[in-house]
Order: sequence, then structure tokens, then C-alpha cells
Amino acid sequence: MSVVVANRLSKMYQVAEKEPGLAGTLRHFVARRYKQIAAVREVSFELGEGEIVGFLGPNGAGKTTTLKMLTGLLYPTSGRAQVLGYVPHERRSGFLKQITLVMGNKAQLIWDLPVLDTLRVNAAVYEIPEVEYKKRVAQFAEMLAIEDILTQPVRKLSLGQRMKAELLASLLHHPRVLFLDEPTLGLDVNAQVAVRDFVRSYARERGATVLLTSHYMADIEALAERVILIHEGRLLFDGGLETLLDRFAPYKEVRLDLAEPAPAGAFDAFGEGVDFEGRSVRLLVTKERLTGVVAALLERFEVRDLTVDEPPLEEVIGRIFAAGAV
Amino acid sequence: MRYLRLAGIFWAASAAARMEYRAAFAVSLVAAVVETAGKLFGVYLFYSNGYDLGGWRWQEALLVLGFAQLVDAFFILLFQPNLRRISEMVQDGTLDFVLLKPVDGQFWMSVQQVGVVGFPYLVTALALLLFAGSASGLPAGGWGLLGVAAVAAVLLGYAVAFLLATTSIWFVKIFNVVYFLSSMIWSAQYPVQAYARPFRLFMTFVLPVYFMTTAPAELALGRAQASWAWALFAVALGFFLLSRAFWRFALRYYSSASS
Repeated sequence: MSVVVANRLSKMYQVAEKEPGLAGTLRHFVARRYKQIAAVREVSFELGEGEIVGFLGPNGAGKTTTLKMLTGLLYPTSGRAQVLGYVPHERRSGFLKQITLVMGNKAQLIWDLPVLDTLRVNAAVYEIPEVEYKKRVAQFAEMLAIEDILTQPVRKLSLGQRMKAELLASLLHHPRVLFLDEPTLGLDVNAQVAVRDFVRSYARERGATVLLTSHYMADIEALAERVILIHEGRLLFDGGLETLLDRFAPYKEVRLDLAEPAPAGAFDAFGEGVDFEGRSVRLLVTKERLTGVVAALLERFEVRDLTVDEPPLEEVIGRIFAAGAV
Repeated sequence: MRYLRLAGIFWAASAAARMEYRAAFAVSLVAAVVETAGKLFGVYLFYSNGYDLGGWRWQEALLVLGFAQLVDAFFILLFQPNLRRISEMVQDGTLDFVLLKPVDGQFWMSVQQVGVVGFPYLVTALALLLFAGSASGLPAGGWGLLGVAAVAAVLLGYAVAFLLATTSIWFVKIFNVVYFLSSMIWSAQYPVQAYARPFRLFMTFVLPVYFMTTAPAELALGRAQASWAWALFAVALGFFLLSRAFWRFALRYYSSASS
């Protein structure tokens, strides 16, 4: 049975338009003009129990709006959302107790007070018994390596520490469905890895369903086997990460380390997206041409090292969105 | 029970944060006493010059002043610090976190903060009500009606303030209307009979501050029939239920500040 269902989900926003300058400000004050923006257009997908799915799209694609409709914060303009059998925007207690939404750019922690104060509030909200509460806090704090900071005021914490504490607060009630909106935003590499590891362990241990948006493709690669692509409010792709790469990235990344510098333009005939810096060369070669190109490169240049790899996911996604359609 | 526990946790945390500023608390203590003295002096000036306020005796007029002070104390204690947060949380999008909790959103937005500087105002309001009630020679039944009327006045003040604050969902920066309501209560610190008719109508039917100050005093003093206590309570309860329905309606239009 599907845990999360989005069925032709759409959301229209009314946005006020304003011209610059004093005259524009006066016109805006007296007779405001509005236009309708379609943030999400007839998006449909389903998530099964225990699935971790990456939700990708450029800024303004409609990812967060979709997440907010699935968590009940926004009313869909049309279409149907269902999570754990509930209609999200009805915001029934049974529904809210089983989900969580983590936003990388917003904090639920109480700014001036220690982390433990927010955790106490959440324990009371979710009716977690005292013994169980202490057990969960100890377990999560250990997994996130933040045992030492729980008694410090939130405003004194680093961004990475805050996000870890935010995750602890958001998962304290053991939600079955996690909506994670850019949970690693702005974090350094170590903190990103820690957050990823924590989410993976939690989901595996509790069989939780996760819908994750991130600008860091490493998050998606590390956690999700399935991805959903959305662009200008429309769903572009829904399927396995491997399938996405096969279908939309029919090329490999070839990296060369040369013994001698080569003249500029020497590699243009071998592939696309040539990145040339001193003796290091990187280019994208279609899979059909790969064997021939590698052989030609080895024959023509003195190569110290050569590696062939999948292109970075960022680049694949970037090319799909740049192309505009799938 | 869960809600009581939550309110306890909220208030303990909020009071702890605000009690850090001892000087502000000390100033509010002095301000409460000085403000109350100033208002008492105002009533004294009227009556010492042979003027009466709408046919009320001075000790009865003080009862009206006591109710105004009581409702205002609750504004400082609870309504202003909490309802201001609605506007702020709509602006920065953190209202999302409240709406995602399996707790009544209106409850959360109404009790999250406590303005401890309101306590001295509450104490002076209760002292004033006790003094004015005794000086007016209230019978036992009058004291009972005074209690009922006080609860109704505070509930009505809350409901109207919450209704106005809820419009933040559409207008975002609209919290000043709550301050406006608070100042209107002070306009009703004297019996409404002392005001010109248009103003009286405004205070009764537009912004119902009459029901928060003069009406409770009329009830306690027996100037109105005791059964009117229930009418006053019905008005307060009606506004409270309206505030709940309006909050739920407004959330349909909540657009959640974008990320």
C-alpha cells in the first residue's frame, strides 16, 4: 500500500505585481494588480513504505510547495494528496503524530533557550513518557554526536550543530514519514555526512518513508535509489537513479593526467564539456564512442593516468533542466 | 491535562527568558503603580469638582476603571506577547512548525509567551476591584456576579484581539490593530454613559469594549438584571467561538512564507 500519494496535485498562487519607483509604489498601494502563478501543476506520484526518494528540481520548481501540500500546510488548488491514509490539510492529530517536516532554512528550536527545552516541549506535545523521552534523546544525541551541546542555548550553536539538534527535535516522536527539505543546506562536508548517516540509520531502523529534496547531489546519491524530477511545477521523471543516468546521461566522464601540456583545443574532437587545466583534462564522451576515444587518446598523447567514471549527478540534472524537457 | 502541562512548560521557559532582565521588571512594577495612581487621580479630579461620570458615584466609576485595568493586564501578560507572534511567525514562515504539531494551533499561539511585566498590573487591577467593590458596598451576590463578569470581560478581550490578530494570515503586518484595541480599552475606562452617543455606539457595537468595562460593573452593582450576566457571558463565548472558526478559516489561506 502506498504511504504517500500525490494525485494530479496542483497549487496556484496569487502574487501581487509591483513596478519599481515611487509611481509604481503608489499604483501598487491604490490599485493592486495580481497574477496567478502555477507553482505545481498536476503532479502525481506514490511512495511505498520504507522508500527513500530524492525530489529534485531547480529553485522555484515546486518542490517545497509539493512538500507543504503533503504535510498539510497548504491546501491544494486541485488534485488529491494522501499520506498514511489521511488527507493532509485536514491536519488530524493521528496524521501529525506520524509525520515530520525538516526545513534546512527554518528552525523550530527555541532560539534563546537550550536545545533540551525544545525537546521537552516536543515530548509534551507528542505525549512521550519521561523514561522513553530520555532514552530517545540519549540514543539520537549519540548517533548525531551532540551529547555535549544539548544544554547550550541554541543561538550559541554552529549551523551544523543546530541542524543536528533540529533533526533530533523533529524525529523525537518517531515519525513514519519524513519530509526533508534541504536538510544539509549550508553545512560543511562533515556535517552533511553526519546528517545523511543519521537519516539513513533512522529510516532503516524504523522502516520510515523519506521524501528528500537537496541541492547536494551527494545527499541524493547516498540516500535515494529513486528520484522524482520536477521543473516549472511539472513532473519530468520518476524512476530509479540508475535509469535516470542511463537515459539522460548516455556518456561517461573521462579524466586524463598528461605527462606534457597539450595545446588548447587539442581535445575538442574527442568529446563534450572539455575542461582543460594545465596537464589535467576532463571530458564527457558518449558511451558508444568511449572505447574508440580512449584508444585514440592513449595513442595521441602521453598519458600518466586515465580514469573513466559516471558524470557527477549535478551535471546530469543540470543538462536535463537546461534542455527544458525530458 | 496535556494542554495544562504544555502551558506550564511554555510559561516557565518564557518567564525564565524575560526574568533575566530584572531592571525591566522593576521598572514595570513602578510603572504599574504610577499609572494606576494617575488614573485614580483622573477620577478624583472629576469628582472633586462636583462632576459625575454619567450619573455614577466615584466608587462605582472606580469599578469600571478596575475592569479596564484587569483586561489591560491580560493584554500585557498574554495577548500582546502571544498575538504579536502570529504576525512574526507568518512573516518568517515558522508558523509552519506550530501547524505541524498535533496540538490546537490557536491554543499554541495564545499561550506560548507570558509577559511577566503584566503581573504588577494584574495585582493593581485586583486591588482596585476589591477596593471599589467594598466601597460600593457590594453584596455577596454582587461579588459573585463581579467574578463571572471579570472572566467574561477577559475572555471577550482575548477573543476580539485574536480575531484581529488572525487577519495577519492575509495582511501579515497588521499587529498594530491589537495595540489599537488595547488603547480602546483605556478609552472605555470611564462609564460609557459619560460619553457622547456616537462614541457610546462605537464602543458597544463596533469595538465591544463596553462589554469589557462598563457592562461588568453594571452587573456587579445591580444596575443591570442578574440574568444579563449570562448575556455578557454569551457575547464573550460567541466571540470566542467565532475566533476559533475564523482561525480555521484563515488557515485555508495560509501561504507559508517560501524558502
